Amino acid sequence: MSARLSPGRAIAAHAALLTYTAIALFPVFVIVINSFKSRRAIFADPLALPLPGNFDLVGYQTVMTRGDFFLYFQNSMIVTVASLFCVLLFGAMAAFALSEYRFRGNMLLGLYLALGIMIPIRLGTVAILEMMVASGLVNTLTALVLVYTAQGLPLAIFILAEFMRSVSDDLKNAGRIDGLSEYAIFFTLVLPLVRPAMATVAVFTMIPIWNDLWFPLILAPAEEVKTITLGSQVFIGQFVTDWNAVLAALSLAIVPVLVMYLIFSRQLIRGITAGAVK
Amino acid sequence: MARARPVRWHIGVFLAPAVLVYTALMIVPLFGTLKLSMFNEEGAARVFVGLRNFARLFGDPLWSDAFWNALGNNAWFFLIHMLVQNPIGIALAAVLSTPKLRMAAFYRTAIFIPTILSFVIVGFVWKLILSPIWGIAPGMLDLIGLKGLFAPWLGKEDYALTSLALISVWQFVGIPMMLIYAALLSIPDEVLEAAEMDGITGSAQFWKIKLPLILPAIGIISILTFVGNFNAFDLIYVAQGALAGPDYSTDILGTFLYRTFFGFQLQLGDPYMGSAIAGAMFGIILLGVCIYLFGIQTRLRRYQF
Repeated sequence: MSARLSPGRAIAAHAALLTYTAIALFPVFVIVINSFKSRRAIFADPLALPLPGNFDLVGYQTVMTRGDFFLYFQNSMIVTVASLFCVLLFGAMAAFALSEYRFRGNMLLGLYLALGIMIPIRLGTVAILEMMVASGLVNTLTALVLVYTAQGLPLAIFILAEFMRSVSDDLKNAGRIDGLSEYAIFFTLVLPLVRPAMATVAVFTMIPIWNDLWFPLILAPAEEVKTITLGSQVFIGQFVTDWNAVLAALSLAIVPVLVMYLIFSRQLIRGITAGAVK
Repeated sequence: MARARPVRWHIGVFLAPAVLVYTALMIVPLFGTLKLSMFNEEGAARVFVGLRNFARLFGDPLWSDAFWNALGNNAWFFLIHMLVQNPIGIALAAVLSTPKLRMAAFYRTAIFIPTILSFVIVGFVWKLILSPIWGIAPGMLDLIGLKGLFAPWLGKEDYALTSLALISVWQFVGIPMMLIYAALLSIPDEVLEAAEMDGITGSAQFWKIKLPLILPAIGIISILTFVGNFNAFDLIYVAQGALAGPDYSTDILGTFLYRTFFGFQLQLGDPYMGSAIAGAMFGIILLGVCIYLFGIQTRLRRYQF
């Protein structure tokens, strides 16, 4: 790029971005600082930083002892990781078939699978619930994994198919001449090359799953299969006056998804830029 | 090569898991719901009633008042997203894509953070900030001498929906920002250099060169916003409860569907009317997507480099 950034424009850009960053992070900041303060300090001065005078971990102690937070956390983790694994594996396989082979109905099947990008799965909730009741899957994590896999697949297939079209044919044909099976070509040649796209799909799939309240509320509200999102919602209801505990619970709920986002985000922009969404 | 084999089993193997899961949990339930919306219970038996549930939903005051109220609120919710979220997202992306800007990765991550938070956290923290009792907002407005402007926004019928829409904008502005940012980065340097040669720089460059080039991305964002908004539920539910108070002023289609299907304090759940509402939402979303695909997308000029 030949354009130089004049100091004036740089300052204006930083000012605008800093202002918005402050707006974006302020509420998170409020939760986190207050979770480390004593109850009195929370009410006296909500914006004060946690200092030795008002520092208090009582909220975290309540969360650790009273709420089944670790269980909820574990449930969310199992559901998110299992769904993510299924979406990425099944999605990549289908995307490979659609982008690599010419067969009758290819276009039609692609359109059929893309339908789900536009139509939210929630509209089928009534029938999904009936189906889960009939098959005895209500209040199991399996029900959630199945639903989230179906929910994530359309976008995953759409993005990954676009990417896989750009993988060189020569490479794949060289593999075929060397006697690799179609499965080996997919798993050892193509999959490693679309890693940035997989990361993009992972972020866009993972966030709505981790944060979903609708399906856990409807399909798996029982205590032992509650996810952390539903768990914290219920927790807020039960402990509504115990602000220390609520704020600590919320702070803890931010951590895992933030960590996962930071892991994938380095690949994210590369993935979007090169890919189908542009 | 592959053509020599009569049946290419591997294609089926690659496609089967995705197609099966998708069909069983997305397509079949969707049509199941549409089918259920044409039935009702008389005595203990399920009887086919055709489109009568929809007629009740749109025409019987017992249902239609709530339905049109929710639809109107939903339209307002969507309008605010289009007028506030997407322009802010585009503006942030434009600033962020300034060449040689330091800390761009930091800003990008920070502005995206609200998007990854769960609705539970978002609803709770904004209720706290806007609360008239503990609230940080009244104190902050006091600091700049504007305390008179403060009102319990979430508790007033006139402001509650707009406030919630703005909270949702705050949460999701990262998505348009990210997609537009990627679109801006993919504009080839030669195009921008040519513009500079012709003396088009700064904001003129944005309006005359970049904006036309990212219109398809803006189109995608608009349709994603539309689908997301007409399917929204969580934020209203965590902030105002299933009754979408005060006095249903924040009721949108998602909360209306939840209340109808599962029931609430004053009313038993009704799966048939619930399905009818889901069917109506399906129709609305399909209509919007079709208008976009056939009315807008075909007219967008695309440029290939």
